[in-house]
Amino acid sequence: MYDDIAAISTPPGEGGIAIIRLSGSGVIEKASKIFKPRRSEIDIRQKEGYSMTLGWIINAEGEAIDEVLLALMRAPRSYTGEDVVEIHCHGGILPARRCLETVMRQGVRIAEPGEFTRRAFLNGRLDASQAEAVIEIIRAKSDKSMQLALKQLGGRNSEYIHTLEDRLLELNAMVEGSLDFPEEVGELEYDRAEAIIRELIDIIEQLIRAGKRADVYREGITIVICGKPNVGKSSLLNTLVRKDRAIVTSIPGTTRDVIEEQIIIKGIPVWLMDTAGIHVTSDVVEKIGVEKSQEVIREADLVLFLLDAEEGITDDDLEIYRSIENQNLIILVNKEDLEEKNITSREINQHFPGLKVIKVSAKEEQGIEELEDSIEEMVLGGELQSDDLEIMINLRHREALLRAYQHLQDALQELDQVTLDCLGVDVWGALEALGEITGKNLREEVIDRMFQDFCIGK
Amino acid sequence: MIYNAGSYDVIVIGGGHAGCEAALASARMGCETLMITLSMENIANMPCNPSIGGPAKAQLVREMDALGGEMAINVDQSAIQMRVINTGKGPAVQAIRAQADKHEYHNKMLKTLLNQPRLKIVMAEAEEIETRGGAVSAIITRTGARFSCRAVVITSGTYLKGRIIIGEIAYDGGPGNQFPAIKLSDSLRRLGLQLGRFKTGTPPRIYRRSVDFSKMIEQPGDDLPLRFSYMSPRVTRTQHSCWLTHTTPATHKIVMDNLDRAPMFTGIITGIGPRYCPSFEDKVVHFAHKDSHQIFIEPEGRDTEEMYIQGLNTSLPEDVQVKVLKSIPGLENVAIIRTGYAIEYDYLPPAQLRSSLETRQVEGLFTAGQINGTSGYEEAAAQGLIAGINAALKIQDQEPLILKRSEAFIGVLIDDLVTGDIDEPYRLLTSRAEYRLLLRQDNADLRLTEKGRKIGLVDDERWRVYNEKKTRLEHDIGVLKKQTYTPADLDMSNFLESKDSADLKDRISLWELLRRPEIRIKDYTEMGWLNQEDEDILEQLEIQAKYEGYIKKQEEQVRRFEKMEGKLIPADIDYDEVFGLSNEARHKFKQIKPESIGQASRVFGISPADINVLLIYLEKKRRK
Repeated sequence: MYDDIAAISTPPGEGGIAIIRLSGSGVIEKASKIFKPRRSEIDIRQKEGYSMTLGWIINAEGEAIDEVLLALMRAPRSYTGEDVVEIHCHGGILPARRCLETVMRQGVRIAEPGEFTRRAFLNGRLDASQAEAVIEIIRAKSDKSMQLALKQLGGRNSEYIHTLEDRLLELNAMVEGSLDFPEEVGELEYDRAEAIIRELIDIIEQLIRAGKRADVYREGITIVICGKPNVGKSSLLNTLVRKDRAIVTSIPGTTRDVIEEQIIIKGIPVWLMDTAGIHVTSDVVEKIGVEKSQEVIREADLVLFLLDAEEGITDDDLEIYRSIENQNLIILVNKEDLEEKNITSREINQHFPGLKVIKVSAKEEQGIEELEDSIEEMVLGGELQSDDLEIMINLRHREALLRAYQHLQDALQELDQVTLDCLGVDVWGALEALGEITGKNLREEVIDRMFQDFCIGK
Repeated sequence: MIYNAGSYDVIVIGGGHAGCEAALASARMGCETLMITLSMENIANMPCNPSIGGPAKAQLVREMDALGGEMAINVDQSAIQMRVINTGKGPAVQAIRAQADKHEYHNKMLKTLLNQPRLKIVMAEAEEIETRGGAVSAIITRTGARFSCRAVVITSGTYLKGRIIIGEIAYDGGPGNQFPAIKLSDSLRRLGLQLGRFKTGTPPRIYRRSVDFSKMIEQPGDDLPLRFSYMSPRVTRTQHSCWLTHTTPATHKIVMDNLDRAPMFTGIITGIGPRYCPSFEDKVVHFAHKDSHQIFIEPEGRDTEEMYIQGLNTSLPEDVQVKVLKSIPGLENVAIIRTGYAIEYDYLPPAQLRSSLETRQVEGLFTAGQINGTSGYEEAAAQGLIAGINAALKIQDQEPLILKRSEAFIGVLIDDLVTGDIDEPYRLLTSRAEYRLLLRQDNADLRLTEKGRKIGLVDDERWRVYNEKKTRLEHDIGVLKKQTYTPADLDMSNFLESKDSADLKDRISLWELLRRPEIRIKDYTEMGWLNQEDEDILEQLEIQAKYEGYIKKQEEQVRRFEKMEGKLIPADIDYDEVFGLSNEARHKFKQIKPESIGQASRVFGISPADINVLLIYLEKKRRK
């Protein structure tokens, strides 16, 4: 009956778990595509209602995003009266958001404010006497989210959005004018159309990048320290923690092999992890630890790779490097305080070309400032824009922006490949996506713009 | 003295494009029908451009044809030029446009009306709509005839309190200096209907022999066997050319020097005019940076000396019009036959209508055409057809015919009218349709013939032609999908090479291969892979195969869209009782009275929260 929706149902902030709720006739099928049960013989599509299954949410590459409990309720015996899936993931904004994004990639859209309750009512799960209460929930939630959206659209954001809207309307007027008033408007100026599409793509990319930078401050990053045993990982961790400890106390590692601390570096919340056991071994028990460590590394935003200045670059170092070389990396040459150094910059350039290298002494707290500067630079992707912090892009807006982006990319590809009526589908698609952000119905403006830009008429 | 002049099922007031379709549809559906017109000479008149079709409008003409309307057949028989517009811009926007012989168009339509069983025409001015218990019961004319009836379709065009303006001169009149209809407006007001005021205009007409065509560019028609109606024979007609010239800086200076005498700017004209059909003085003022505008000289017929000047609508004083014309290359020695003018008229803001085009206020009273705030012959005719059909269906106690936005441009047009705040004369554009790729002129018969058959407007011959086409089309699609080739096939490799097309990688059907831009359906018939000569079927196969991806995308959007269209709002809903609705939504809903949740969501300024509130209210009501 209705399409599939999802939302994070637990309140924002730190909690033990977070719940992502999905509702709609297709959610069980869609959830089965991103959920890998611990017991591989289980197929959640075959499961009864009111069942729970342990497993992982996995991304398109099959990599685990989070370990979760998946609860399943079948229509009509659920809150909304539709098939409902609840994903219980680890607490905190990050895991929940990552799980939600994975869900959305399956074609599940974000629920409108109060939509679960509305569906519950419309599907007969709530008593008629509750109608007014339901309306109040919807109104309150809509008004609140509208206020929030308006606030977010203030300042620099609205300037960007306004430019996007303006250019897109211009492009649309060019295309539609050429179709509806061929004699007056003539053929589409392809060069100009292409320039506008490229400009639009560029603005959206900037917005999304800026949004991501702002996210870094809001949601924090994870940094993993790795290197062979005794290279100084724990002392680096301790040094950073001593200097930058967050008010939050340390969380015990999820496994005995990973130690996790929360600190704040230059205003950025950082989950700092020390992988104890990453080294080559044939020991089976050890191997499980190694796998865990590697999983943590894969998901990290940044990896600090420690070398021992005294010992020089060893085969073990190179082995570890091979397993992390695709990550965002900073090379730390530790024990800089010692007299004897056996690593030359030539060697470093030869083995780790093009990487950022910092000489530190975890013990003497040397080079820590430089390290912090480098971390900031790497996670913010270059220079910080002065207006970055004003740009807040919530998930709904980002989804809409990405949809507009996809339509524009398609339009660029199609530009001289398909007929103009088909190109119009993508240009309109981008406008529609943008309209979801501004809350405007752009259909009338589209026509107004055509008359404004072109002298049309017989 | 009022006398009893007879009894009819349906009375159509007006004999323009809307009136003709309404009267024919009603009579053909079995209703005793009367058309009341001010003048027999103005039946199916084209007081503006003698042209039919073009983007969005051609789709309307084809849709009417599929439903059993008359416009397509009539223009096919009276066209003196036909062209295809937007070739190369895609099938969704490709459109036929015809220049019609204005007099022939009128003559042929008049003959059709006069020969139509169950239809009578009377020349009179309808003055009064009589009602009984909130429903129409009779029409009374100025000369005292009382025609009783069960339904009325008003298609009054620009005649209601029509007023003509040329420079400083203004007088009461209908288009082309006809009598206006003065009293009908007051009758409508007495029935509780609201009226507004719009304006439109038309250019001067000139003598053909006063034009120097050597200074203009010839615009010939396409020498192709084009036709609007699926029932017309395929003939290549003698094409009469149009001519292209342009205004000059001198023209613009004349306009600017005389703005103080232009009624558009002096305040004499108060009605709102259409932006897509601006007066020439408007164009000069609002697009001051352009020092030249295109002017098309179009023949009004085969044998007439009269030429229409497209692009020069004006209500400037007559002496200024002469100066303006003479400043245009090729018109230096121009002789005017008719002076250009603006006309103001009463219209009925269409938010007062149901989707069936029946007024909500008065049962059995339908309106169609320019009275509903539209412009264009095709828009008028399409509404006339639907109003005529629904008047007949009402009398037969059947559900009205309401076409969805996803199935016809007619649906887009009427839905826009009844849900929108129409604040200028409305013209249909292809960009107003969400599902343009589905609403093509080439598939109007496939979309609508069955509906036309069901209501009884599609005769046996049209039905046979349609079914034959459909069967053959389905058969050929099957053939193309079944016939597959592998990369090893030598015939295919040679064929691809000759078309400069890439080699096959996998097994592929002829249907899939057709997606390649360089492969055309005609290539298949030449190769003997497909045995089909019918141009319509070949065109249909090619479009369906080449645009399959986009068409499927739009069909998917339609499925989502239709969920909301299916949720109906009862007519007696009391919006004051709906708890939680925003004030703006309450006001708008009361005014526009949407018939479905889908319509409600298209009302300007309505938020998703308002729609949710409405959904919950309806559900609560349902359970009670």
